[in-house]
Amino acid sequence: MSMVFAPCLTETTAPTTHAQPAWSPYDNNGGTCVAIAGEDYCVIAADTRMSTGFSILIRNYSKIHQITEKSVLASSGFQADIRALQKNLDARHQIYQHQHNKQMSCPAMAQLLSNTLYYKRFFPYYAFNVLGGLDNEGRGCVYSYDAVGSYERSGYSSQGTGMQLIMPVLDNQLKSASPLVLPLQKSTTPLSEFEAVDLVKDTFASAAERDIYTGDAVEIVIINREGVRRELMDLKRD
Amino acid sequence: MFRNQYDTDVTTWSPAGRLHQVEYAMEAVKQGSAAIGLRSKTHVVLATVNKASSELSAHQKKLFKIDNHIGIAMAGLTADGRVLSRYMRSECINHHFVFESPLPVGRLVVQVADKAQVCTQRSWKRPYGVGLLVAGLDETGPHLYQNCPSGNYSEYQAFAIGSRSQAAKTYLERKFETFMECTKEELIRHALFAVKESLQEEELSSGNCGVAVVGIDEPFVVLDPKTLQSYIESLETGKEEQQTMEETGTDDRQSLQVQHEGTGSRGISVGAGDDSPTDMET
Repeated sequence: MSMVFAPCLTETTAPTTHAQPAWSPYDNNGGTCVAIAGEDYCVIAADTRMSTGFSILIRNYSKIHQITEKSVLASSGFQADIRALQKNLDARHQIYQHQHNKQMSCPAMAQLLSNTLYYKRFFPYYAFNVLGGLDNEGRGCVYSYDAVGSYERSGYSSQGTGMQLIMPVLDNQLKSASPLVLPLQKSTTPLSEFEAVDLVKDTFASAAERDIYTGDAVEIVIINREGVRRELMDLKRD
Repeated sequence: MFRNQYDTDVTTWSPAGRLHQVEYAMEAVKQGSAAIGLRSKTHVVLATVNKASSELSAHQKKLFKIDNHIGIAMAGLTADGRVLSRYMRSECINHHFVFESPLPVGRLVVQVADKAQVCTQRSWKRPYGVGLLVAGLDETGPHLYQNCPSGNYSEYQAFAIGSRSQAAKTYLERKFETFMECTKEELIRHALFAVKESLQEEELSSGNCGVAVVGIDEPFVVLDPKTLQSYIESLETGKEEQQTMEETGTDDRQSLQVQHEGTGSRGISVGAGDDSPTDMET
């Protein structure tokens, strides 16, 4: 009789699973993005394959978007959300330019991107972003994000389906000493621009071997004092 | 304009069928310092007379970029103009977001006009006290429009609004037929001449005027003081060249004589062959 009213403490209830939805608003179009910051340059790269499931949709789709004179955004994930995010940032940047009579700096854009992502905390942009550019002093900067806007400035980063393959390689080649070690080392790498571009090409070629979503070509954007330059390197198409 | 008993409210008609408040708003535009616009087949130029409220203060901003292909010059209550320009910028950005193409100038002008009209039919609002000259480029070419506080708008080849704009308009009326074929530099010079007419006594300098240009493949830009000053200086040299040309020109003697009478007090020897410029007093 007491059983009716007292909650049973020994019995464990099976965890209820959320019913599998019949339709998802998201899709993963795959791809990988990488960025490396240098003393006076920044290299941002992304492959150009857009896939869905096990199929390839486009072999030459650009995941890279230049938002300001000095900031370039590379994003992998759901390309429809990414396009909407890019347009959103463009519009916000236009407003900023009207109000302040100048372009946004890279750190300012980094914060704006974080806020824009968090704004949709409860229906996120399925975008894994890497923002690269030059800061106010002309030094390279790289910011990497999660889907809801958590971000951090670092010397290098990668996101996307090939991230797990590329990040360890970058760590091996570029990792600066721990911040606990004094004297403090800057968060930029000692590579030259040419070496950095070469490293990026190597990492993509390697990632394309094992990651089925990465391949076709890698688009590399280099920002330095002179401006913005583009390179395109073919990758394996399988 | 005399005060009468039908002008308290914008929503009260006068027996003569007028809305006095709207007309008073247009007066505010006429009191503001002049703004001039003119266009050619490829460019539109806006010029403003910049008045500083005192020697200590900076000049008021009267030229605003709305989008890469549209800009405005305003006359009247510049605060109202700033609010309208914020609205126009927002409309351009939203249009571009949805359609990924620039908002056609004419459409924007109509939207502003409709916004202005609302203020003429609400008892808790007042009309905007600013007149806008909207310069823009779209698929159909370069355009110049005027927006009134009344909610009216019209397209122009060249126009001037604000105080002493009549002087500028007279100059424009004289010259407007040549505008279509003008180059950008010639158009800017015409604009500066028009501003000069409005300034009357004052010397034209980069401190008391502003110029902005928009053209095919050229985004709207307000000229910086240095560039502006060089254009102003070219006006002087241009004028001298013009006058010496008139005197020693290859035209026949008859027309030369007529022109000399026009230019007034200059010592000129007429008749004896081609006189070199050094013989003239310049």
